[in-house]
Amino acid sequence: MNSSSNVLDPRTSPTFPIAARATLGDTQLRKNVRHATEVIQSKRARVVGEMPDWQELRESGRQIREHAMANLDYYLEEFERNCIRAGGQVHWARDGEEAKRIVTALVKAHASSTSPEVIKIKSMTTEEIHLNLALEAEGVRVYETDLAELIIQLGHDRPSHIVVPALHKNRQQIREIFQREMNLPDLGEKPQDLADAARKFLREKFLRVGTAVSGANFLIAETGGVCIVESEGNGRMCLTLPETLITVAGIDKVLPRYEDLEVMLQLLPRSATGERMNPYNSIWTGVHAGDGPKNFHVVLMDNARTEVLADGEGRQTLNCIRCGACQNACPVYRQTGGHAYGSVYAGPIGAILTPQLQQLHHAQTLPYASSLCGACFEVCPVKINIPEVLIHLRNKVVKQKGALNPEALAMKMAGAIFQSERRFRAAQRLGRIAETPLVRKDGSGEGWIGWLPGLLGGWTQVRDLREMPKETFRDWWEKRGSHGN
Amino acid sequence: MLHSHRRSVLQVSLFITCYNDTLFPETGKAVVKVLERLGHTVDFPAGQTCCGQMHWNTGYQAEALPLVGRFVAQFRHAEAVVVPSSSCVAMMRDHYPKMAEEIGDRKLIAEVQELLPRVYEFSEFLTKRLGLKDVGAYYPHRVTYHASCHGLRNLGLGDGPLNLLRSVKGIDLVEIESPEQCCGFGGTFAVKNADVSSAMLAEKTTAVLNTGAEACTACDNSCLMHIQGALHRQRTGVRTVHLAEVLAGGEEAGL
Repeated sequence: MNSSSNVLDPRTSPTFPIAARATLGDTQLRKNVRHATEVIQSKRARVVGEMPDWQELRESGRQIREHAMANLDYYLEEFERNCIRAGGQVHWARDGEEAKRIVTALVKAHASSTSPEVIKIKSMTTEEIHLNLALEAEGVRVYETDLAELIIQLGHDRPSHIVVPALHKNRQQIREIFQREMNLPDLGEKPQDLADAARKFLREKFLRVGTAVSGANFLIAETGGVCIVESEGNGRMCLTLPETLITVAGIDKVLPRYEDLEVMLQLLPRSATGERMNPYNSIWTGVHAGDGPKNFHVVLMDNARTEVLADGEGRQTLNCIRCGACQNACPVYRQTGGHAYGSVYAGPIGAILTPQLQQLHHAQTLPYASSLCGACFEVCPVKINIPEVLIHLRNKVVKQKGALNPEALAMKMAGAIFQSERRFRAAQRLGRIAETPLVRKDGSGEGWIGWLPGLLGGWTQVRDLREMPKETFRDWWEKRGSHGN
Repeated sequence: MLHSHRRSVLQVSLFITCYNDTLFPETGKAVVKVLERLGHTVDFPAGQTCCGQMHWNTGYQAEALPLVGRFVAQFRHAEAVVVPSSSCVAMMRDHYPKMAEEIGDRKLIAEVQELLPRVYEFSEFLTKRLGLKDVGAYYPHRVTYHASCHGLRNLGLGDGPLNLLRSVKGIDLVEIESPEQCCGFGGTFAVKNADVSSAMLAEKTTAVLNTGAEACTACDNSCLMHIQGALHRQRTGVRTVHLAEVLAGGEEAGL
């Protein structure tokens, strides 16, 4: 079961405008994304609307996350101490490469045969570092057990949403994948048929495979516990049946206290799936004789999160609890789906997280993949001001590109124009002269521009532009004043 | 406090904004007409240019910063500043304090803080500062209202503009589907991500056309320029018109 080499990697992905052009042409994908995000959004709106203290909860969530990130070193060490005390083992990974080496070595060390296998429960963090490819390269067979991740894996596809990774596929497409990959030509297309097929396929793996790799929703510093919430119970299987459990978590996942879950477990399910509570809420602390895994490892991975933390304006990105509400609300994501973002983190949160995790060596077009409409900020359960961070990152991109490119020169010139009323008026006059050759009269005698050169041509591909009126407002105002008003 | 101002004559300083000045002078004229009809007096500080939104939002912070000082210099003595552009007001309200901090000029920081509470988006000035719904307008046309993102989310205009429209005589106001959804303009987004912007715009123009309206109105000509661009390209015959122009409508007015 080879994962496709078709992975989402910001280092090799095309720019957002180019990648988006491809997904915009996929009629089925756009219908699926529109439908799925609308369904989740309306469920979310319903269960958020019934909470009288939602805004207070959001503020609590923001404060908890901000405090945790401001004291990250302290809480990570507290988590490490308490996890070890409870019988867990803690590993620190500076980057994705180190995390993959640690996990691969642990899997091999705990393997009972020469053909090691692991079951996995949904973890975007391991997708971020392409852990499956690294494991497979070392001869480890990997089985995704989250239903959506299983669909992605069997379909040699890529996740397009952080909570609903197969959101871009509809039921008929999923049925075709199962028919082909599970060798079930007669499989029906009812949700129950598909769930039954997945259950049979996975149950055998749960009972056989001795090692699981999981992600984490939260690490609890106070107790050393790890928390995962899910809807299917497949995670619970992975967390309880195998002998060995390896959890890979970004260092940003830490919460100070157990009681912080009171806030987070209200915010997360309502924002993510529109549920009042997740069907499965698993919290485990170390190992317990005769109950659950005998060996428990946590890999705490940095992978540039420390660099994000060092940026005072970008740091709020780390407050994210991966609910995906911003993706569902985003009018850009609604059109393009997730793959256009070239990263496992798509949508508005991806547009700010991915470039920062890449330290802006890659993904420089992502901060521009937004109309700054603010729908993301409005729904964010921990009040991350995504538009503000987008603008901050745009400024970094501009500085990186330097002053000697057409856009920067035009912006510099416009900046100089706006600093003088005289220059501004001259530019207005000049604009009217410059546009003249492009203006055509329409049927009603109005002047319109249907074609513009260069970058501005993006405007006229589907839009006309009205010609500049002969008289500006300030010209009119001056004339009016001179007539004794 | 609010009530005591209702009947007094206010000296209103108009910040027209760079693109309204250049491309939409009719909007400015309409603002003047409405304010004067309500008995207030209007002035226009001549040194005004741009709020800096395009530069700031595209990442050109260095070019945007000097415009804070320019705005303050032009309007520091104003009793009330009225701006017929929700995104420009959002720009000033959300970013000027931070920009002044970045410039590090203590006097400017204090002046921005002191001036901003007197800066109003046009509909906000009518509904919140003057406490009005009916401004005595007549506009006998079928109209739909697009809630521009910055007005909706950053300024929290809510039903204010709709209440003004509902009070217009002769108007046939029809609600648009998904009014909270962005039209896809986003400033330089429309050219940097022209394909995605076009896809977003297609949904918006479809929603406008589905209402059967003759005109789409909003508190922001930047969204309207975007929507109008496609409505004209498709030869729909449907117009866009700034809220101020609807509210300026009198018995003599055409569309």
